[in-house]
Amino acid sequence: MRIKVDPKSLKQTKWYECAIRFFLGGAITVVAGLLAKKFGPAVGGLFLAFPAIFPASATLVEKHEKEKKAQKGMHGQERGRDAAALDAAGASMGSIGLLLFALIVWLLLPEHSAWFVLLAAGALWFASSCGLWLLREHRHQIFGFTPRRQQAARASRP
Amino acid sequence: MGDIIIRFLIGGLFVTAFAMIGDLFKPKSFAGIFGAAPSVALATLALTLSKNGSTYASLEARSMLAGAAALFAYCVLVTWLLKRDHMRALAATTSAGVVWFVIAFGAWYAWLR
Repeated sequence: MRIKVDPKSLKQTKWYECAIRFFLGGAITVVAGLLAKKFGPAVGGLFLAFPAIFPASATLVEKHEKEKKAQKGMHGQERGRDAAALDAAGASMGSIGLLLFALIVWLLLPEHSAWFVLLAAGALWFASSCGLWLLREHRHQIFGFTPRRQQAARASRP
Repeated sequence: MGDIIIRFLIGGLFVTAFAMIGDLFKPKSFAGIFGAAPSVALATLALTLSKNGSTYASLEARSMLAGAAALFAYCVLVTWLLKRDHMRALAATTSAGVVWFVIAFGAWYAWLR
């Protein structure tokens, strides 16, 4: 599957959906700061990878997909759930990238320029997440096996 | 109070920006990567660096390792709940939050205290 940029999809997002994301993002940043102040950086740091906006994002993905199907006169419950599951599968690859982001910042920060470290860690997050996504997408070609769904389809052919 | 407002605004801006970038992409599985973008981390670390210095920020990043591992388990569980258990997105994402807390604080208790 090819990666596409679709600016039209931004029109689907309503202003209050952006406001919810803004509020949740701002709130978790404040909470992480307050916890670090009260209990130290070891506790505050945990919340730098807290899935604060994930429930809102997944619900929006599900809702948008359902609306799209409803416009075509179809029942989109299952499709909406599938879209949210795909979104979560992508986020699991992003979270491995986030692990590498944290590792780079932890190891390099005290000795190197802070802004360089943040930039490098951000680039590593993006590159590793994209690399994992590509690996997952092309796993059948790379590792040379047939997906179970295809095997079942072949077996059911007369 | 001023510090809290600045944190809120910067955090909100970073998170919204990454979420909107994610909205631009297709397919959904690729766009999902941006659901685990380091938006809160970049906002918090940038503020921490300017206020508390790099050693303090480095300690936050060390704990973030546990948070990110917990986030991975959370995302895998959410995918499973949606695909196999046929739960609604809101129910799956909120109920799986318990797993994030257990793993993140478990790792903190075992190694980072």
